[in-house]
Amino acid sequence: MIRLEKRPQPSRGWSYAAPVLAVLLTMLLGGALFAALGQNPVVVIRTIFLDPLFSEFAWFYRPQLLIKGAPLVLIAVGLSFGFRAGIWNIGAEGQYIIGALVGAAVGLALYPLESRWVFVAMVVAGAFGGWAWAMIPGLLRVKFGTNEILVSLMLVYVAESLLAAMALGPLKNPEGMGFPGSRNLSQYPGAANLDLIAGTGLHWGVVAALIAVICAYVALARHIFGFQVRLAGQAPRAARFAGVRPARLVLVCMGLSGALAGLAGLFEVAGPAGQVTIDFNVGYGFTAIIVAFLGRLHPIGILAAGGLMALTYIGGGIAQSNLGLPAAAISLLQGMLLFCLLAVDMLTHYRVRLTMRKVA
Amino acid sequence: MIRRTLLASGVAAAALMAAGLPALAQDEPTKVGFVYVGPVGDGGWTFEHNQARLAVEEEFGDAVETVFVESVPEGPDAVRVLTDMALQGADLIFTTSFGYMDQTIEVASKFPDVKFEHATGFKTAPNVAAYNARFYEGRAVQGHIAGHVTESNIIGYIGSFPIPEVIQGINSAYLAAKAVNPDVEFKIVWAYTWFDPAKEAESANVLIEQGADVILQHTDSTAPQAAAQAAGNVYTFGQASDMAEYAPMPRVSSIIDNWAPYYIERTRAVIDGTWETQSVWQGIADGMVGIGEITDAVPAEVKVTAEAIRDGIVAGTMHPFTGPINKQDGSVWLAEGETADDETLLGMNFYVEGIEGDIPQ
Repeated sequence: MIRLEKRPQPSRGWSYAAPVLAVLLTMLLGGALFAALGQNPVVVIRTIFLDPLFSEFAWFYRPQLLIKGAPLVLIAVGLSFGFRAGIWNIGAEGQYIIGALVGAAVGLALYPLESRWVFVAMVVAGAFGGWAWAMIPGLLRVKFGTNEILVSLMLVYVAESLLAAMALGPLKNPEGMGFPGSRNLSQYPGAANLDLIAGTGLHWGVVAALIAVICAYVALARHIFGFQVRLAGQAPRAARFAGVRPARLVLVCMGLSGALAGLAGLFEVAGPAGQVTIDFNVGYGFTAIIVAFLGRLHPIGILAAGGLMALTYIGGGIAQSNLGLPAAAISLLQGMLLFCLLAVDMLTHYRVRLTMRKVA
Repeated sequence: MIRRTLLASGVAAAALMAAGLPALAQDEPTKVGFVYVGPVGDGGWTFEHNQARLAVEEEFGDAVETVFVESVPEGPDAVRVLTDMALQGADLIFTTSFGYMDQTIEVASKFPDVKFEHATGFKTAPNVAAYNARFYEGRAVQGHIAGHVTESNIIGYIGSFPIPEVIQGINSAYLAAKAVNPDVEFKIVWAYTWFDPAKEAESANVLIEQGADVILQHTDSTAPQAAAQAAGNVYTFGQASDMAEYAPMPRVSSIIDNWAPYYIERTRAVIDGTWETQSVWQGIADGMVGIGEITDAVPAEVKVTAEAIRDGIVAGTMHPFTGPINKQDGSVWLAEGETADDETLLGMNFYVEGIEGDIPQ
């Protein structure tokens, strides 16, 4: 008989091994799924996980990994602080949208001014937009005790409606023949977030994501703020005695994750996306939640998880066009990844014991 | 291994490669790519594009290989998917949603030897053609039926996005309904999606609660049909595909997109080397827009007059936008006997007189 026994302390070894095991397990389960779809599982898994990095056209896919991974990492790093402290910002998608909107609005208002300061102003505005949107659930929780999970999630839908209204109204391209969507910011040199080295995919968003990872690492390991965050998550009562002010922690964590999500939105709208359009957001804010947990809420882990998630997107696209795999199969694979992680995670907290059945 | 080093030198090489590929691939099948905005099982828009892809495969057999990617978001992801297809040796790529327009033009500029066909947009290039269907012609038939069968005189309309193509449909349906029923009133809900069964069902239910007993939709799922069926006694029309599984009620007719003839024609042009850029807008007469069977739930005499409208459009004796028509603000748009020109229709951003509410902007 198999028995689960709670470990007195979470296993360090397993907490590192779990994500790796989860990925391997996903490959196995995914392979079985693809085999059931009549595909050669080895070829599919290779296409998804290796082709973006090593195939004939990898020079094209690798930059795409950066473009896809950067917003995920940037948002997930922000979320990880709150998640560690038990503050659940589920609405990063909304903050991402508002950051993009506010940033783009600044850029469009200054059009056609030719100055690199335009971009700088947009970056500041983007971070501010995301921060302000996250402050709504933050302040409501602090002042009225509302649930930030619900409020931040609901605000995603508000943000989506606002996005549609802006793309159709105030931010619409006056030269767009009445069609929705703003001017293309990536074609406006003052505001464009282009590749820093052409063809590498290395835009300012990637740089920002890397900086965020380093800062988060330092903050968690060396700074009092990181200590407070960890303490508040592990032992809320002890945290109070240690001088953590819960209200302030909520506002800081919400604000930080909002600002980073807003930045991600701004870099996206000024670069790869180029335009404010009705359906500008493609779910980075939600996927980042998976990335944050897959990366163990640890900055370096998040970097790796973001890369892995980007890999499944890019590789999934290749598998679709080359192998005729349905899009839903790729989504399933991504879902399996989180599912496997949660399942394997049990081993971090529990010990598996094989015991003999005793006769009563 | 000269080719490898060439590849390594980046994007410039991409163009070179693309230029070299079709020449190298003389004996290989012509590769035709399709980029879809929804899943192939949406039962509407993407479903019909995929049917047309299958028709291309059937027509040419081994001479043509098709590939497709579904549910591609209209943004940077489309650039990646398109570039990927071009790199993998596609000779012709159909991008089947309005939102792929800028991305198609962008990728096409990097692959001058690959032909692109963009649906429902207005931008073309030497290797990018645009094609669209005159859906508003079918809307006139729907509006006519709707005006006759409504008892509450309230007709609900689920709009996707307030772009000219959708506005054309609303105006066309309204004019046809008004012509047979002066008391008719349109209630319009904007879903801001092409395909989202949950949102579409919600929109349909809102309209039904507001008293609508006919629902027209410019979104692609069958969720409004299901909602109408649940409510009972509400008429709907199939959108993009026939949606015959909901016939005879609530689905009483439909607009069917038939892309197959066009896709076959353009694929043949690529094989023959006669492909040239163009911008076409085809209607019922060309077969790109079909009117699904009008069921017995519609009174026989209405069926006859509805089919007369269809036949009139095919014969060219009837145009859904024939004056006198005023704009919503009361100003004159078309004088007596005048018909709308394509340019105005393609940029249509106003309601005709009688429709209440504002176009979101």
